[in-house]
Amino acid sequence: MQVSRRQFFKICGAGMSGSSIALMGFSPTSALAEVRSYKLAHATETRNMCPYCSVSCGVLIYTTGDKSKNAKADIIHIEGDPDNPVNRGTLCPKGAGLMDMVKSPNRLKFPEVREAGSNEWKRISWDDAINRIAAHVKKDRDANLIEKNADGVTVNRWNTTGFLASSAAGNEAGYLTSKILRNLGVVALDTQARI
Amino acid sequence: MTNHWVDLKNSDLVIVMGGNAAEAHPCGFKWVIEAKKDRKAKLIVVDPRFTRSAAVSDFYAPIRAGSDIAFLGGVINYLLSKDKIHHEYVKNYTNAAFLIDEGFKFEDGLFSGYNAEKRSYGKDTWKYQMGKDGFAMVDPTLQSPNCVFQLMKKHYSRYTPELVSKTTGTPQDAFLKICEMMAETSAPDKTMTICYALGWTEHSVGSQNIRTMALIQLLLGNMGMAGGGINALRGHANVQGITDMCLYSEVLPGYLSAPTDADVDRKTYLEKRTPKALRPNQMNFPQNFPKWFTSLQKAWYGAAATDKNDYGYDWLPKKDGAYDVLAMFERMHQGKMNGFFCQGFNPLASVANKKKVGDALAKLKYLVIIDPLATDTSEFWKPHGEFNEVDPTKVATEVFRLPANLFAEETASFTSSGRVIQWHWKAADGPGESKGDIEILAALFLKLKAMYAKDGGKLPEPILNLTWPYRIPAKPSPAELLMEISGKALGDVFDPKDKTKVIVKAGEQVAGFAQLRDDGSTQCGNWIYSGCWSQAGNLTARRDNSDPSGLGQTLNWGFAWPANRRIIYNRASCDLSGKPWDPKRTVIKWTGTAWGGNDIPDMRPDAAPDEGVMPFIMTPEGVARLFAPAMADGPFPEHYEPFETPLDKNPFHPGNPKATSNPAARVFKGDMETFGKVKDFPYVATTYRLVEHFHYWTKHSMINAVLQPDQFVEISEQLAQEKGIATGDKVKVRSNRGFIKAVAVVTKRIKTLDVDGKKVHTVGIPIHWGFKGVTKPGFITNTLTPFVGDANCQTPEYKAFLVNIEKI
Repeated sequence: MQVSRRQFFKICGAGMSGSSIALMGFSPTSALAEVRSYKLAHATETRNMCPYCSVSCGVLIYTTGDKSKNAKADIIHIEGDPDNPVNRGTLCPKGAGLMDMVKSPNRLKFPEVREAGSNEWKRISWDDAINRIAAHVKKDRDANLIEKNADGVTVNRWNTTGFLASSAAGNEAGYLTSKILRNLGVVALDTQARI
Repeated sequence: MTNHWVDLKNSDLVIVMGGNAAEAHPCGFKWVIEAKKDRKAKLIVVDPRFTRSAAVSDFYAPIRAGSDIAFLGGVINYLLSKDKIHHEYVKNYTNAAFLIDEGFKFEDGLFSGYNAEKRSYGKDTWKYQMGKDGFAMVDPTLQSPNCVFQLMKKHYSRYTPELVSKTTGTPQDAFLKICEMMAETSAPDKTMTICYALGWTEHSVGSQNIRTMALIQLLLGNMGMAGGGINALRGHANVQGITDMCLYSEVLPGYLSAPTDADVDRKTYLEKRTPKALRPNQMNFPQNFPKWFTSLQKAWYGAAATDKNDYGYDWLPKKDGAYDVLAMFERMHQGKMNGFFCQGFNPLASVANKKKVGDALAKLKYLVIIDPLATDTSEFWKPHGEFNEVDPTKVATEVFRLPANLFAEETASFTSSGRVIQWHWKAADGPGESKGDIEILAALFLKLKAMYAKDGGKLPEPILNLTWPYRIPAKPSPAELLMEISGKALGDVFDPKDKTKVIVKAGEQVAGFAQLRDDGSTQCGNWIYSGCWSQAGNLTARRDNSDPSGLGQTLNWGFAWPANRRIIYNRASCDLSGKPWDPKRTVIKWTGTAWGGNDIPDMRPDAAPDEGVMPFIMTPEGVARLFAPAMADGPFPEHYEPFETPLDKNPFHPGNPKATSNPAARVFKGDMETFGKVKDFPYVATTYRLVEHFHYWTKHSMINAVLQPDQFVEISEQLAQEKGIATGDKVKVRSNRGFIKAVAVVTKRIKTLDVDGKKVHTVGIPIHWGFKGVTKPGFITNTLTPFVGDANCQTPEYKAFLVNIEKI
């Protein structure tokens, strides 16, 4: 009979005393140091990338749950991806602290507004936020989009609203941002690449 | 990077200058250590501070911040005067032999065509002499006084070791030792690589800093080689990708230069951007510009883009001037802007002259912050003690703050500094009601579209006609978007050599940009990414890390743009006959019938070496430009002092005050007065990053805050002694724009330099603090920095300015 140390304790827990099992003539084979399995063994592993510098190290993110519909995934560990040919599993002092970035107490959770002249934030709904911002955008665009320049050339630019785009966003978000902004007429557009 | 991270291991000599890879890019810098260990490569570090990169170097030399061109120009002079160049490479693969207009001059620090009032150059004389055959004229003997080689030799003959040392503060023997080490890589089978970062870009001569090194790499024959190249170590994980998507005013996705008022119609626009070859038999790849641009128009307007309406050309905004971040804040400061969005961007902390930025934001009607974190910018209106003194009742800006997801909460592709596009997967939802950037932008756009459809408004066409083919309109999927970026056939695409043969069927993803057309039969959101999602699927998600070449190319890991090529200009790694300069590090070679090897050839696959098709296919010349008329501030780099200089003159042009600082850099009205003078601010300041922090993000992350909790500045023992400052003292650092307070760290790692007969002290200022975060609150470093940028790309001069320091 092969009994691991863990099973052994389980058997003990089921009501028999350890000494009596020993008396029955069998004992655990090898005494493993582990008293419970690693929690990562039950976690879902997702391949992702460190968002900091442009080495773009591969990371493995471990979440609770198995990604089934009703299981809420929670990030419990992040480490370097050993398969990634650039970082080969390593992370630097910045990347090694990614968990604390994801779980930062300063993460924003809800849309908010600070009204003109106010000294505080006020929580609002997404619908309110989008409606109010869209109203600002349309008003400014309709008032200030320049359709033709002084020479009568069609220029269709709107240069009274500007946009700074994120270098932490994926290529897909970046592309969609450009696609939308250019077609609203935005020319005042820049990104971290400049600085 | 022209090369990539792992390729650093193939180098014989690594230069770290204008950067500090060991601290800013630790896991990439590992490959430098690998080169040292396995190839016995040497590492040289040149920096105002003895950094952690310097700590593992074979040779370190100090330099005064803002004098890199003097140093590198001196290297060029050394290489040319000692004849330590790769002759065959220089003669054939660069424009060394090209004849320049006889009117071209460089006198008293200024190139011909200078207009002092406009602070810019007319470029009438910065051009090739053209032959009757319509091609540029060359002198293959390189002897003509008007050929680029001779002009260059003359230009850099002034950069003597004495003058270099006098200007940079680098001891002459250290400078000459480095010249000698670099010169060794002029051997065809030796390579040198350069790892630089913001320490070169963030100067009023930033672009020319990099160009000077590019000239050195061309003279040494190191471009296109494994272990060679010019390697910009970029900042954020996807700053390369966002640059490629061109979220800046000058360009549309794929670096297609954006239309301006002068481009009155599509025909004019295309003609100006579609060059003719300047030498016979050259690929002149930009001749394909109309295919790339038309495919973008089709991606954006779909069926609404036809040849009848110029494919919707009029709907694209035309640019009338500068809209870079400094220009934007200047316009905002003048009250010319009403609205502003900051998507994952914290300009109050990251743009020069915090006071000006804060004052500008206060003039807006509305500000929208889209960010995972509570940024300093989002609270520019809120008093935070002496770190942010403001009266909110006087700020009428309406500020919206929208919670965004971050990397772990999104499926997306990021493009690394080595141009490798890599897909990653969402691990968990973000906190609270946070959403992804795509969803947020889609929500705003769909709302606007509905408003324009219902109520009308100005120019609704581009909004109503914008393609939106996404299965869930409110939530375009990253997969749908990357497929759109990569491109597909709208009609059947035929083989240009055989018009009956269909190479891509309508509806299929294209295999690469060679299949794009200018007749509306293809669409592609970004031509340089074309092929990253082909009929074979999402190639950016590939995870085969096998490396049969041993060079670290891993061609089946992700997808590198362009065309999955890992080392660009790789045709230059072979001699004229197609044999590798170093067969032990073969990138590609001519096999007798085609180019092949360990990379995707940067050459027409069947271009036999005797056809004379030169390696730099993106220039109409086919060769690299030692003389580059496209630069705003001179076809050859020249040393100019930072706008705030500790010297009263440019040691290279002591008699001409116009040539003290970059004569072609843009200075806004009123900003010249905000520059400090050495009598009030006697010390050179430079800003930098720490290994424990990332920009202004990790001050929100507890572990990083624990590692580096409190703001500090670094000074030399000499300066500390002069000012009576000891380690741990609180000091006040002032520039002409404001002050910060920090803890002093007195260190041997910063040395006082002898420059132009005087002692020059440096104050080192890490950037990472602000009034929001879990670190101790600190001052925003960019309170101090000047509001002036590089003449070519307007990157602010964060790396060299003047301050004073006193103990509190």
